Amino acid sequence: MSDIKFTIDGKACKAKEGQSIVEAAKANGVYIPVLCHFEGLKPAGTCRICTVKVGGRFMAGCTTPVAEGMIVENMTPEIEDMRKAIIEMLFVEGNHMCPTCEKSGNCELQALGYRYQMLVPRFPYLWPVREVIADTPRLYLDRNRCVQCLRCVRDIVTADGKHVFAVTNRGDKTLITIDTKLAAKLSDEMALKAMNQCPVGCILRKEVGYKIPVGQRKFDSKPIGSEIEGR
Amino acid sequence: MSKPVVATASLAGCFGCHMSLLDIDDRILQLIDLVEFNKSPDDDIKTFTKQCDIGIIEGGCCNSENVHVLKEFRKNCKILISLGECAIMGGLPAMRNGIPVKDCLEEAYLKGPTVDENKKKIIPNDEELPMILDRVYANHEIVKIDYFLPGCPPRADLIWDALVALVTGKPLNPAYETLKFD
Repeated sequence: MSDIKFTIDGKACKAKEGQSIVEAAKANGVYIPVLCHFEGLKPAGTCRICTVKVGGRFMAGCTTPVAEGMIVENMTPEIEDMRKAIIEMLFVEGNHMCPTCEKSGNCELQALGYRYQMLVPRFPYLWPVREVIADTPRLYLDRNRCVQCLRCVRDIVTADGKHVFAVTNRGDKTLITIDTKLAAKLSDEMALKAMNQCPVGCILRKEVGYKIPVGQRKFDSKPIGSEIEGR
Repeated sequence: MSKPVVATASLAGCFGCHMSLLDIDDRILQLIDLVEFNKSPDDDIKTFTKQCDIGIIEGGCCNSENVHVLKEFRKNCKILISLGECAIMGGLPAMRNGIPVKDCLEEAYLKGPTVDENKKKIIPNDEELPMILDRVYANHEIVKIDYFLPGCPPRADLIWDALVALVTGKPLNPAYETLKFD
């Protein structure tokens, strides 16, 4: 099968049939920010951070397959400011207290805040009241920090096909919840996988908080995406 | 030209941001050459003695006194900077947002496990005491704030770079390592 040729911000790129814009961009050393997308999972397109412009129209880069001759706009001031606005919106619609969060330094939302140099959100703080679920042996859910990416819902499934995490309610009342009976039976490995799957500090493994010292955490010295751009 | 005049205050903060300002080490000598300090806990000047150019605010507003001080700063300073997470979004004190004030006070003075010697079951209510607000507010929810420097605390290098940029009229391009939220 021959490669598909397309461009991102004028750079000639090649992709394989069926690859999404985000995946193809990554293969060509171009970073498109993602939050709800995780390699190996079926894209959900919930967060819209990966929005790009194709033929003058906004599209989610994680759900749109590349087509021959596609002209993708990625880093234009308009798109970058819109992405920054989405990050700021996520910060105000939850209760994100970075100084108290175990995920700080390893958090993808925070890392995007750093990358886009968010100094203050442009939107008013909402301070929603959300309960913490801590009655499972290995995990706790601080839903104040949830960005509803659904990575946990899609990925954390028991051997017999049951989903450990689920979504309840709708609209601005949407909450992630956990099946406490299934969660009680989670292996250490699965619990760790659930924590690592969460881009923010919503799903946390108990008893391992603040394990990595400040300065050595994932995004302390390198911006998110630099591993792709540096290739 | 006379030196720009700087004032600072700590509202609902922990003084960590002020400590971080002192963390610029020997550059503090250059800072003294660059600016003049007015009302600030660092020099212990209690009241504004002249119009200031730059007001640096640590901490958000959790009571009526914080709001009063913040408004005084807005009146007396041409430029206001929110310094640190508490000033920008309420920070740790804002963890009480979402919990009714009554519940917070009862936990602190009546029901908490460390409450001792409060036999008359009094929640402090002297009129001299500032009123606790319904929630903790970011400073820009109360007055116009011109610049924001995040961090808990903001890194000393960020504060230094920002002050130098402001005083010399150059744009601030913060280094990646200096712009953090924790």
